[in-house]
Amino acid sequence: MATSSTSQPASSAAAGKPPVFQVADAAAVAEARERLDAHTVEMMAWHFHPSTGCPFWLDYATSLSFDPLKEVTCYDDLKKFPPFEDEWLRGGPVRRWVPKGMADKPMFVFETGGTTGVPKSRVNHRDFRTDYEMFSDTLPDEYFPRGANWLMLGPSGPRRLRLSIEHLAQHRGGICFCVDLDPRWVIKLIQKGWMEHLEAYKQHCIDQAITILEAGHDIRCMFTTPKLLESLALALEKKGTTIRKAGITGIFSGGTEFTPQWTRFAVEELLDGAYMTPTYGNTLMGLAASRPVVPADGYTIAYYAPQPRAVIEVVDFDNTNEVVPYGGTGRVRLTTLTHETFIPGFLERDEGERELPYAKYPWDGISGVRPFRALAASTTVGVY
Amino acid sequence: MHLPAYRFGKPYESLERDTLVHFLTGEKIAEVSQVGGAIVGRDLQKAGQARAALLAIDPEEIVERLQTAGTLYAHGTLTVGDSKQSPDDFVKQQSATTGLPESLCRANMQKNMFVLANMDRMLDALSRGLSPEILWKGYGTEHRGVVVSYQAQSPVLGLVLPSNSPGVHTLWLPVIALGVGLVMKPGSQEPWTPYRMTAAMIEAGIPAEAISLYPGPTDVGAGILNTCRRSMIFGSAKTVEQYRANPGVQVHGPGFSKIILGDDMVDDWEQHLDVMAESVAINSGRGCINASAIYASRHTKEIAAALAERLGPIDVKPPQDPDSKLAAFTIPGAAKAIWGQIETGLKASGVSHMTAPYGDRLVEGGRCGWLRPVVAHCTSPEPEIAKAEYMFPFVSVVECPQATMLEKIGPTLVCTAMTENPAFQSELINSTAIDRLNFGSIPTTKLDWLQPHEGNIIDFLYRSRALQMAVEKTAAVS
Repeated sequence: MATSSTSQPASSAAAGKPPVFQVADAAAVAEARERLDAHTVEMMAWHFHPSTGCPFWLDYATSLSFDPLKEVTCYDDLKKFPPFEDEWLRGGPVRRWVPKGMADKPMFVFETGGTTGVPKSRVNHRDFRTDYEMFSDTLPDEYFPRGANWLMLGPSGPRRLRLSIEHLAQHRGGICFCVDLDPRWVIKLIQKGWMEHLEAYKQHCIDQAITILEAGHDIRCMFTTPKLLESLALALEKKGTTIRKAGITGIFSGGTEFTPQWTRFAVEELLDGAYMTPTYGNTLMGLAASRPVVPADGYTIAYYAPQPRAVIEVVDFDNTNEVVPYGGTGRVRLTTLTHETFIPGFLERDEGERELPYAKYPWDGISGVRPFRALAASTTVGVY
Repeated sequence: MHLPAYRFGKPYESLERDTLVHFLTGEKIAEVSQVGGAIVGRDLQKAGQARAALLAIDPEEIVERLQTAGTLYAHGTLTVGDSKQSPDDFVKQQSATTGLPESLCRANMQKNMFVLANMDRMLDALSRGLSPEILWKGYGTEHRGVVVSYQAQSPVLGLVLPSNSPGVHTLWLPVIALGVGLVMKPGSQEPWTPYRMTAAMIEAGIPAEAISLYPGPTDVGAGILNTCRRSMIFGSAKTVEQYRANPGVQVHGPGFSKIILGDDMVDDWEQHLDVMAESVAINSGRGCINASAIYASRHTKEIAAALAERLGPIDVKPPQDPDSKLAAFTIPGAAKAIWGQIETGLKASGVSHMTAPYGDRLVEGGRCGWLRPVVAHCTSPEPEIAKAEYMFPFVSVVECPQATMLEKIGPTLVCTAMTENPAFQSELINSTAIDRLNFGSIPTTKLDWLQPHEGNIIDFLYRSRALQMAVEKTAAVS
């Protein structure tokens, strides 16, 4: 719109201010990079070896002008691959994605999208468990006590999130209660303009969540989406109580609505002292933890991918092999490098600002994540 | 200049801001705090306090304060957001972000002031002489000696406001005088009227805790509509369709207002040319009350040609020029896209473009665009363009036999009918397609504020219901 533009607070780097978080030192950054380079070579050896790679990549390699086994010697060499097309993930046969090296392992398939048409799918053996075990290490025990029970108030069905949260709870010694939620139906309701039905469905989920919270199960931790968190907090407020008083001490949440303003509002008015940690992720990548979100940093939410298993880069909108300067705005490019899945240079439907490496995560981060401007008009944000 | 949100009187500065810039130069005019729908939901749990704050003041005192607010709005220097704003500042800011010529901004300002200045008469007319005390107490005795009860259906009215014409704000101005608070989502390009009006009302002594302003994205509007038991929304035909069946939402969409020339008067069409031209073109044709079609059984080609001669030469002028009559389309590409639709419509069978001889209609600027007036002639009501409405001076002159006119006109917010034929007048009165009906040479844009507009606001906010008391209590009620 010519007459207006919406802005969020700029990242420290973009604003030219000294960062208020502990920036990683050069040695740590270099060491992390070496680890990423070595990991990349290891993954090429796995995914492109005839005895271990999956049928898709082994077949694809025959069309490449280079040999991934010999000519990828560091992470940057992955630029030799053409951009990954997520359309390849739609439709079967699903086994073409299963690496031969784990053909005898039990496999899950997780889906993303699918409101209309064929969803994208990713096979999984235990990646989701590994990702969430690593993420577990980032959670403060003070707010996410070991042994505490969890409530999963988020998308269920063929998504990896529901199993992942359950595994996270179990990994930390707790038991996870779940509410059923179909995000594809939510998106259809929005697209059809059936707002009364949307409200009723949301209320249906919130009612179940409150019933579980009030049932004496000693639930202390929760996963939910920003929209459901709002609704839950307001519903509890109407009953004269709060999220904290309902027993919740730690909330793990995610989604592009996680703006600094929303976070500030949640911290100041919804959480009543409960701790909330934002995350960014999807079925293809896994999940990226955030550095602490604090008022002194303007509630900036900066995410760091679980390197070397996944890499987030903020790249130029036109030249997607080029990262933007720190503080600059660009499109999110994801690379997944696990034994189960290889996805090089997938251009996400999001954009954001490139963030400096953080001491705990000595590699690039991203802040201000929001729907990619060129696609935003056609994107329906549902419950995420 | 920064416009914060107001949460029942308390300013709230968001970390996210919308930057409003001048439609011609790109110069920054203001920043507007952006909040989310959840803030609305949370605040509205305390909406009862807004009504309570109003009911603590005598209703006649409220009306007097609103009249003072009208004067302050039109003539005072007020604190709006973090800045002082004179009437001239207001006009320039409103023009800069909406593309409206300054003269039209001033005219709309007068319209809003007029409504506030005449609030006592308006309330008397809309309530049919009901004592305002009855709305305050919920019951009372009418002048006929009958006990009546009016129950407020919501402590606040939610408003999802538009950016197209500042004149639409007249619709919600009586709400405070009815003892009901205001919860507004201002138009993204025209936050000026709600903010200045709020400042004027608070300066005049209306309790700040009765008014909220929540600028923000669409989820704020959804939050308002979901949470307020009574709301008004301004939007497209699609919006109208979406909320048509919701009794808690009053939808104001395209008006498709029309002028009808009856067979008994159509031969004198030239006498009504001024009214036709004014109905189409005043306020840059932006309002739902501007005429988008003129129906007659004969002389339609001559009418269209005469209107084209009158309106066709109107050209784009700088917004500060007192003779500037055309507002800009400030969204890039909008004017061009609309012109594309119109061009397609003009190519249909039975349609003639009568303003073609007066030069190009599409005028493209660096950051915006304009559409000069368009008059189309249609040999029947069937072409799509005969049913169209656009946000600039656009009219289809449609040839249609009088006998089928009322079947063909479709929904019509304002109908000016030139006829003295009692039978046709009766048909017009009975036509449920027509909301406001004018008989005689009255522009569709000339509204009598003592009459209801798209339903009576009092009937929307209050429910008349039975309240009976034992005989010995009746004396206490009266």
